[in-house]
Amino acid sequence: METSKVIHAIYTDDDVLMNAVKSVRAEKHHIEEIYTPFPVHGLDKAMGLAPTRLAITAFLYGAVGLAVSIFMMKYIMIEDWPQNIGGKPSFSFIENMPAFVPIMFELTVFFAAHLMVITFYLRSRLWPFKDAENPDPRTTDDHFLMEIAVHNNEEALTKLLKETGAVEVNIIEKEDEH
Amino acid sequence: MYTFSNKLKTFSIALIILGLLGVGYGFMTSHKSFEEVETILADEHHGEEVAHADDTHAITAEAKADQHKKHVEHVQHQIANRPWAAIYVAAFFFMMIALGVLAFYAVQRASQAGWSPVLFRVMEGISTYLLPGGLIVLIIAGASHFIGHNNIFVWMDPEVVAHDKLIQGKAGWLNVWGFLIRGIIYLGGWVLYSHFVRKFSIAQDTAEDNRNFKKAFRISAAFLVFFLYTESMMSWDWIMSVDPHWFSTLFGWYVLAGMLVSGITVIAFITLYLKSRGYLEHVNDSHLHDLAKFMFGFSIFWAYLWFSQFMLIWYANIPEEVTYFVARVNDYKLPFFGMVVLNLVFPFLMLMNSDYKRLPWFVVMTGVIILVGHYVDVYTMIMPATVGDRWSIGIPEISSVLLFAGLFIFIVFNALTKAPLLPKRNPFIKESENFHY
Repeated sequence: METSKVIHAIYTDDDVLMNAVKSVRAEKHHIEEIYTPFPVHGLDKAMGLAPTRLAITAFLYGAVGLAVSIFMMKYIMIEDWPQNIGGKPSFSFIENMPAFVPIMFELTVFFAAHLMVITFYLRSRLWPFKDAENPDPRTTDDHFLMEIAVHNNEEALTKLLKETGAVEVNIIEKEDEH
Repeated sequence: MYTFSNKLKTFSIALIILGLLGVGYGFMTSHKSFEEVETILADEHHGEEVAHADDTHAITAEAKADQHKKHVEHVQHQIANRPWAAIYVAAFFFMMIALGVLAFYAVQRASQAGWSPVLFRVMEGISTYLLPGGLIVLIIAGASHFIGHNNIFVWMDPEVVAHDKLIQGKAGWLNVWGFLIRGIIYLGGWVLYSHFVRKFSIAQDTAEDNRNFKKAFRISAAFLVFFLYTESMMSWDWIMSVDPHWFSTLFGWYVLAGMLVSGITVIAFITLYLKSRGYLEHVNDSHLHDLAKFMFGFSIFWAYLWFSQFMLIWYANIPEEVTYFVARVNDYKLPFFGMVVLNLVFPFLMLMNSDYKRLPWFVVMTGVIILVGHYVDVYTMIMPATVGDRWSIGIPEISSVLLFAGLFIFIVFNALTKAPLLPKRNPFIKESENFHY
């Protein structure tokens, strides 16, 4: 089994972490991952992560929901069995549309919300019996951890990370899963 | 300090003169004699009249002549109403922008928003239009009774009331003096608030402590309570009573939603204009983004109320309520449904994207559509009751809009020169200057 080395720098303050991210990026080291106990504003920008496209998927899912509701009610209420229910005009979809709008609205929201959440779970690989991935349990409480891959530059990296205010710098042998 | 550019001043005066000429022309050409209306109708309905004669041959000639006289008089009245209604719609529309801005401003004050203080002077400037604008609305309404022939509100006509049991029952509320006194109370309350809050806001610039800020906070909270009651009653008086047989409970909020969204759009416009001229250096694209979010949100809120009012009445289809929408759907199909596209569909799709909300030209383009849409909204609230199916958008309507647009620009930009555009000692000004979303 192949092993690779990573360096774990642990911080206790998010401001220090932000500055550390900036200096590590300035030195052109690739940050593999950062573990934080809470969302740190601007961390994604500092790391240079691409913006999320989750909102775009939600818009498309909403459009699907709207289409489903229109198709469903046009088929059921207008085409399949156009009954006279309390004198409401069921001759065409448009004539009876105000009565369908609450359902069209709700299904649009329903599809947009639920499918977007499911997309989020799939893309971030979250499910009920998933093994937790945090390398250090303290990162869920009050510590911040930056993980950087080592390519025979242990000493320089350690020095840089110490300078950025890391309270702990550990080198970890990581077993590759593949 | 902002200086009113001569170009803009000339432009606004040109608008006023052009508008006045058009309004004058509208009033000059709206007085048709009985015979003139007869010939107009004969020209219009030539084919119809013949078909009509066939199935009413049983009716005696006398009854027919009577019917004909009534019809012609009805149309004569509608033609005479048009310039009144046109100027009333435009006057109300611009008054409503100032009032919407004032309400939004009070909300910003009362909620102690951290993003908006850099825009406070713009909002205060726009609110100064409320006093002249509101008085003009009241004067037009009063003049339509005292000078005109009750061209906007039928319940002002004692002749009509005498034959109308329903209006008689409402006469306790719907009478001319009650209308004018209530109008002055509403307007007085709003204008007092706008005067004092601006005074405190400017006093805070040179103050040593935050007393003025706290005073502004307190009167804003009190004003919001007063406003929500009076705005509702104002919408019954100034808008809903054009159809005195009709009533709707959510009407006040519906008018409020339109008011807020057009007000916020105008804040965005004037902010962008001043920014482009180099004033308002602390306004960044995050402020614009926030304004555009409010435009987006209140557009949806407006549509929610429009639909709630329409759908509930359409669904139950009670004759005494539904005539309101029957008149609009039959005679005003394009404006009535078109405004839903302008006020909901268009802003919904345009302002959904976060990046687009930061682009000035995009916000301006969408804002123009929103303002046109809300003008059409006021138009379809007033016109069916005054001119009925004889509506069009021509010289009386367009020149009324020009007249009030010119007046609005003149008053608002004149007020903007009266105080520094950046509040100085507002406790939230630092946060607002550095606001970033």
